[in-house]
Amino acid sequence: MKQVAANMAGTVISVLVQPGDTISEGQDVIVLESMKMEVPVQSMEAGKVVEVKANIGDFVNDGDIIVVLE
Amino acid sequence: MTKHLEETLQEKIAHIKQGGDAKYHEKLKEQNKLFVRDRLKLLFDDEFMVEDGLFANVMAGDLPADGVVTAIGKVNGQTVCVMANDSTVKAGSWGSRTVEKIIRIQETAEKMRVPLIYLVDSAGARITDQLEMFPGRRGAGRIFYNQVKLSGKIPQVCILFGPSAAGGAYIPAFCDIVIMVDKNASMYLGSPRMAEMVIGEKVSLEELGGARMHCSVSGCGDVLAANEEEAIQSARTYLSFFPANYSEQPPLQAAKAPIETAKDITTIVPENQNAAFNMHDLIQSLVDADSFFEIKKLFAQELITGLARLDGKPVGIIANQPRVKGGVLFVDSADKAARFITLCDAFGIPLLFLADVPGFMIGTAVERAGIIRHGAKMISAMAEATVPKISVIVRKAYGAGLYAMASSAFEPDACIALPGAQIAVMGPEAAVNAVYSNKIQAIEDPAERQAFIQEKRKEYQEDIDLYLLASNLIVDAIVPPSGLRHDLISRYEIYKGKRQVFSDRKHPVYPV
Repeated sequence: MKQVAANMAGTVISVLVQPGDTISEGQDVIVLESMKMEVPVQSMEAGKVVEVKANIGDFVNDGDIIVVLE
Repeated sequence: MTKHLEETLQEKIAHIKQGGDAKYHEKLKEQNKLFVRDRLKLLFDDEFMVEDGLFANVMAGDLPADGVVTAIGKVNGQTVCVMANDSTVKAGSWGSRTVEKIIRIQETAEKMRVPLIYLVDSAGARITDQLEMFPGRRGAGRIFYNQVKLSGKIPQVCILFGPSAAGGAYIPAFCDIVIMVDKNASMYLGSPRMAEMVIGEKVSLEELGGARMHCSVSGCGDVLAANEEEAIQSARTYLSFFPANYSEQPPLQAAKAPIETAKDITTIVPENQNAAFNMHDLIQSLVDADSFFEIKKLFAQELITGLARLDGKPVGIIANQPRVKGGVLFVDSADKAARFITLCDAFGIPLLFLADVPGFMIGTAVERAGIIRHGAKMISAMAEATVPKISVIVRKAYGAGLYAMASSAFEPDACIALPGAQIAVMGPEAAVNAVYSNKIQAIEDPAERQAFIQEKRKEYQEDIDLYLLASNLIVDAIVPPSGLRHDLISRYEIYKGKRQVFSDRKHPVYPV
């Protein structure tokens, strides 16, 4: 199963995809706030979103799975 | 008599040039690999080639050239020395004459003061020959000693086509750049089999030491090539930026305007300090069309490093990438920058810093990984660089991030800013929180509290106003975005006459 992980520690400020969406490689899936910056997190792979594991306001760590792809 | 001797010789030469047995050539094809002599044809400009040591180990009968070709040819019109493993001969492994040939081509490159290219595809040492090739004065250790000695004197380039195992893995490690062929190239000290036997780890070769892993995770690889042709072309392109040796000037090419699709800088850089943008767009709007050659593209992507041309002249670019991890500096990005700065400085390639940096990363993970010493390494390399260096504050430069990006205190030839740039110990939100934390907590009414915060942020903004900084000579110029390329071209033209000796000591104690 393909997954998208956070690439740095931060707080989720927006979620750009939902289950059922088809996403392309390099597409932004979530935006974190970290170091006072808006940090878009990209998917390294194309696929269909099965689950979004992070909600707005959640703190995520580097490596935490935020989106699961089919 | 001479005719018959010549015929015998020609036969022997032709035989040796065929390399190993046909079955090993078949194996190359299966692996999508080229024969060593075909690689050399792609690398060199033309037929011009001088080879020594062709008859190495000829008496053994089955070890043509002892598994390595050492030759001199031309790349972009420049004479270069090459050592190239032949994996059809005992898997490219090293015997005593293999090692001696490699040492000799290094010595030749040193005397001629020309670039040295290592085409690596080798299983490592022939353990059966270890006494002759491993421990002695002219054993394999001398190859690495020579590499260290040559570092910074002549460009050393490694193209990795296959394995580079155990001690052999240090050949790429001591080169200026390592180009790896995806799926085929690998570097490792202990093979997967050894890892399982010695430490009980079960892992595939690709995961353990594959090209993609090294180019994106370990940082041991600089360029990931899809195939051998692309890898060899990358080496040729890379060398087009470099002089033959440190005492010569980098080669010039005809000037070109930026690509036609380059965007206007004012539309690239958002005014909102916290919003992401793609720094590659800014680089493309500044440099000559199609001249940007990125190094470590897949590694520590929050910082971009690459060679390019400005008005036909080579320049080394170090740029924060706000689109990745907010452009914050991490352990790996600091390491990547330090290495790249040292490379450019060694060979007289001017430096361009494009700063948009919120600072160095904070938190447990990076402190434990030693972000302070890695940051120090970057700052040390940048401070010591004496080539022309220009720092452009594109949008913001906070904290030690400002220092690391060659700001005023580190003797750039100029520290210039685009309008809208913010230079400060930290951004307004963090600063107000740091200074007035207790006061903010003490205000009970939320509206009143917010008003207080807004007022203090506004005061802070006024304190770090760019015109105030220019007025105090902290930045040397505020440049209109539309004139940035022209300004940089003019400045490098002026600074090219720069002669600076940083210090007369032996060398610093590197903070690594």
